[in-house]
Amino acid sequence: MAGIPHDHYEPKSPFEQWLHRRLPIVSLAYDTLMIPTPRNLNWWWIWGIVLAFCLVLQIATGVVLAMHYTPQVNMAFASVEHIMRDVNGGYMLRYIHANGASLFFFAVYIHIFRGLFYGSYKAPREVTWIIGMLIYLAMMATAFMGYVLPWGQMSFWGATVITGLFGAIPGIGPSIQTWVLGGPAVDNATLNRFFSLHYLLPFVIAALVAVHIWAFHTTGNNNPAGVEVRRGSRAEADKDTLPFWPYFVIKDLFALAVILTIFFAVVGFMPNYLGDPVNYTEANALATPAHIVPEWYFLPFYAILRAFTSDVKIVELTHFLTFGIVDAKFFGVMAMFGAIAVLALVPWLDTSSVRSGQYRPMFKWWFRLLIVDFVVLMWAGSQTPTVLTGWISLLAATYWFAYFLVVLPLLGVIEKPLPQPETIEEDFNAHYGAKTHAAE
Amino acid sequence: MLRKIAITAVSALTLLSGAALASEEFEPVTKDVDFSFEGPFGKFDEHQLQRGLQVYTEVCSACHGLKYVPLRSLAEEGGPRLPEDQVRAYAKNLTVTDKDTGEDRPATPADNFPPNTGAGAPDLSLMAKEHAGYHGPYGLGINQLFKGIGGPEHIVSILTGFSGQTKDEAGSTFYQNDAFSTGWIKMPPPLTDGQVTFADGSPNDVRHMAEDVAAFLTWAAEPQMMARKRWGLLITGMMALLSVLLYLTNKRIWAPHKGKLNA
Repeated sequence: MAGIPHDHYEPKSPFEQWLHRRLPIVSLAYDTLMIPTPRNLNWWWIWGIVLAFCLVLQIATGVVLAMHYTPQVNMAFASVEHIMRDVNGGYMLRYIHANGASLFFFAVYIHIFRGLFYGSYKAPREVTWIIGMLIYLAMMATAFMGYVLPWGQMSFWGATVITGLFGAIPGIGPSIQTWVLGGPAVDNATLNRFFSLHYLLPFVIAALVAVHIWAFHTTGNNNPAGVEVRRGSRAEADKDTLPFWPYFVIKDLFALAVILTIFFAVVGFMPNYLGDPVNYTEANALATPAHIVPEWYFLPFYAILRAFTSDVKIVELTHFLTFGIVDAKFFGVMAMFGAIAVLALVPWLDTSSVRSGQYRPMFKWWFRLLIVDFVVLMWAGSQTPTVLTGWISLLAATYWFAYFLVVLPLLGVIEKPLPQPETIEEDFNAHYGAKTHAAE
Repeated sequence: MLRKIAITAVSALTLLSGAALASEEFEPVTKDVDFSFEGPFGKFDEHQLQRGLQVYTEVCSACHGLKYVPLRSLAEEGGPRLPEDQVRAYAKNLTVTDKDTGEDRPATPADNFPPNTGAGAPDLSLMAKEHAGYHGPYGLGINQLFKGIGGPEHIVSILTGFSGQTKDEAGSTFYQNDAFSTGWIKMPPPLTDGQVTFADGSPNDVRHMAEDVAAFLTWAAEPQMMARKRWGLLITGMMALLSVLLYLTNKRIWAPHKGKLNA
């Protein structure tokens, strides 16, 4: 695909020319920063910067925390208290890191739902979407292993429950679980490898982020109108776009500053609000907490995991048809991973040729219901299982799958889309008014 | 169809969740206490922390330890602020096991409070952060957003929640307590009115002593709370200012590219 026509870097001084012939790094930085960006991007497009900031924040605070932390079962909990009490600024580092994970997931969920609404996953941006899903998976693995490190009760029992999911795989499951844990149960070997991988994965995420950015810089950004930037001539492209610097950098930084104002208020005044108090009790393999729940950002998928109990008809049927190989536990595990798989496959499940949800009158309602569904799942995942929460989880999990597997494929056929703007310029002017003079 | 299911689900949720919660066996009671350290501007009352330290020393420490709390921090800012010589004197009365020699010796301010597991009682270093006093409503976390997590309130409620009833089970005696998760706790009522005499003549009924020791344990669990709130105010303020500056910058750089809709 031909890129959007725009300015390119011209090395001027002899040194720049010398360097450019050997390593065009300034050119790369210039083209990345000055990339033509659709001028009609709205405020839902700021979360990418927030996410990039979160990754840097987590790596920076994490590297310092690792200098004071001890990954050993008898010392881990005490070393976290050492960070909280003795290390200069340690309490801020740890609270920023712990709440930073929450900001990271809050931002990624908005970023994902923005992509779902505006059809950012549709051709030609499928690869950007898939890379994004890989980043999301790596984030979940990193956050899960990071939560084990303080070695509190919920660290230990969360690790026991989640690694137990591997044990649900028929036949080879128990061997895989032992291999993951490094022994028969969550113990020192588990803590050590989780620390090692918790340090490694963020750098894998950083590499994936670079590829994610490379991919959408190749296709160009999607935008709220969902129509492509005109590439026929420089003049046309200029009417649809503005360079990333300074227009979008400043806009995104403004949004980031507002979000960080709230973030630091949480860190400063209520740093334990999002955490489970039980994790301030040191891990004890002999005392199971009354109520094992993951952190809030895993709750929707945890609800899906628990929704498919053995008395659900489809579970009974699967159990019967597979001669008992697929039991309720394994079914739940498959449902949980399946819930993420359908999300990753959405570029091929959505049959509508219209990209932006703004011009899809029926889609809009189903999409809003999906957001409600996500929140309901999150709530259901936090509750002690009862008959009622079981039913709610099952209904909500069913809608999650139905949205991707039934609603999206059908809507593309039966829905009559609204008229779309011809160009980004037209959409932008409809919002902000056309410039009257031609001096631009 | 699916929408109908969802609507049914939501209405079922609102109608039945009250009933579902009511059917749970025992709901611990948390008493609301107005502590001086609540809210973004709240501060520890160092006199209260000193009284709490006295209650801990004379009563709680018989069975409980504070193994993560360094003795030197008793003198630090944002805490009980005992004079250095008093901290040294206080430390001298405690016996710790030396890490290098393995022998018992009098503590110094460089040591932590000694652990105490003799009676099988839990360590109190983090007790104020280990239990949530407030929940809900309906699992939404709204109470904690406005009232705090309720750790210190939980401690006060436990200390003042004994009914006087006891029962013997599996060779142990349990005491009825409406703040404890199961309603029956192994700890006998630790405080009686007038048990501790405060030098400043502060009230020493059970409720006041419970509040004092809860405040002390909150400091013990979060000794950097004052510094954290100061940082919080500073960074939040700076970020708010930066937001304003970036808002103005953003408005200005975009102005030439935006027309006026109603011009």
